[in-house]
Amino acid sequence: MAFTLYALIQTAILCVNAIAVLHEERFLSKIGWGADQGIGGFGDEPGIKSQLMNLIRSVRTVMRVPLIIVNSICIVLLLLFG
Amino acid sequence: SSFQLKGPRPYKLELSKPRARAPPPSGDPLLFEDTSSSGQPLGPQGYYSSEYNMGGMTSGGGVNNLFTDPMASAAVMYGSSLASQGKDMVNKEITRFMSVNKLKYFFAVDTKYVMKKLLLLMFPYTHQDWEVRYHRDSPLTPRHDVNAPDLYIPTMAFITYILLAGMALGIQKRFSPEVLGLCASTALVWVVIEVLVMLLGLYLLTVHSDLSTFDLVAYSGYKYVGMIFTVLCGLLFGSDGYFVALAWSSCALMFFIVRSLRMKILSSLSSDSMGAGAAAKPRMRLYITVATAAFQPLIIYWLTSHLVR
Repeated sequence: MAFTLYALIQTAILCVNAIAVLHEERFLSKIGWGADQGIGGFGDEPGIKSQLMNLIRSVRTVMRVPLIIVNSICIVLLLLFG
Repeated sequence: SSFQLKGPRPYKLELSKPRARAPPPSGDPLLFEDTSSSGQPLGPQGYYSSEYNMGGMTSGGGVNNLFTDPMASAAVMYGSSLASQGKDMVNKEITRFMSVNKLKYFFAVDTKYVMKKLLLLMFPYTHQDWEVRYHRDSPLTPRHDVNAPDLYIPTMAFITYILLAGMALGIQKRFSPEVLGLCASTALVWVVIEVLVMLLGLYLLTVHSDLSTFDLVAYSGYKYVGMIFTVLCGLLFGSDGYFVALAWSSCALMFFIVRSLRMKILSSLSSDSMGAGAAAKPRMRLYITVATAAFQPLIIYWLTSHLVR
C-alpha cells in the first residue's frame, strides 16, 4: 500500500465529511447518540460513549464552515484537473 | 572618495545584521532549559536590542566617516529594522501553531544520550529505572535523562530509513527517484495515522496523562531504528537474517514501548475515581498499551518486506 500525501489529505477530507453528515435529529437521536442524551453524570468518568458523542458533536460544530470551503475547492480542482 | 575604507575593521562587519545569539555553553547543565523556558522577560527583543546597541556603539564611536552618505546609512537602518520586523512576525506566526520552546526541548540531546538510547532501543531488557525524572516541575531534557523522549533520533532514523530503502531498491535494480518519494510519504503517512489513532484512543478513554503530541510522535518514530537494523541484516545476511533481525527488533521494541508507556498511561489516575468503575479503566489502558506495542512489528514488517525480497 503506497500512500502519497495527497491520498492522506483525501482520506482526511472524506472522513471529516462522513462525521459532519450525521444529522442530529434524524439519525443520532434515533440510535440514542443524541447530544441531549449524553450528559449522564457530572462525575469523573464520562465513559467512552459520551466521549464519542461529544467528539462527534464538536467536530460537526467546528468543522462546518471550513468543510464548506474545502469541499468547494476540491470540487473546483477536480473539475479543472480531473 | 567617500567609499574609501578608512577604519581598521572591514566595511561589512559594521553593517551586519544582529547575529544570532551564541549557543549557551554546554557545561552548565540547566542553562539550556532556563533560557528557553524562562527567557521570556529577556526574550529575543532583549538580545536584539543589546546587539543593536553594540552595533550602534561600535559604528558610531568607531569610524564616523564611513557613513558620510546619509542616504546609505538611513537605508541600512531601515533595512535592518525591516529584517528584524520580518523575523518577529515569522516567529509570532510559528508560535501560534506550535510552541518552539517545547520543540527545542526535544532536540536538546548529546552524543552520550544518543548512544545510550540506541542501545536501550535494541536491548532494553536490563534497564531498571524507566521513570522520567523531573526538575522543578518540568521534565528534564534528554541530555540529562535517558528515559526522556526526543525527536532527534526519530528524525535521523526516518531519513536514514529512506536512504537505505533507496539503496535496497537500487540493489534490486528497481530504483527510480519517484519510488524514493513514494517510500518517504508512505512512511510519513503511517506515522501520522498511528499518532492520530493514539490520540483518539487516549481521548476516548479520558486518560489524563502528560503525553503531548510530540511525545507520541517521538515514541512512534523510534521504530525506525528497528527498521534500519532489520533492513541492514536482511541486505547483509539474506532472507534468514531478515527474519531473525525482525524478530529481535520487534521484541525489543515491544518491550521498550510497553515499559515506557506504562509509566505514563497506566499510572495516571483520575482525581477521584475510587468506585467500581475504576476497575474498567486500567484494563482499557492496558489494552491500549498492548495494542500500540503489537502494532509495531506489523508496521515494521509491512514497510520493510518489499525491500528485502
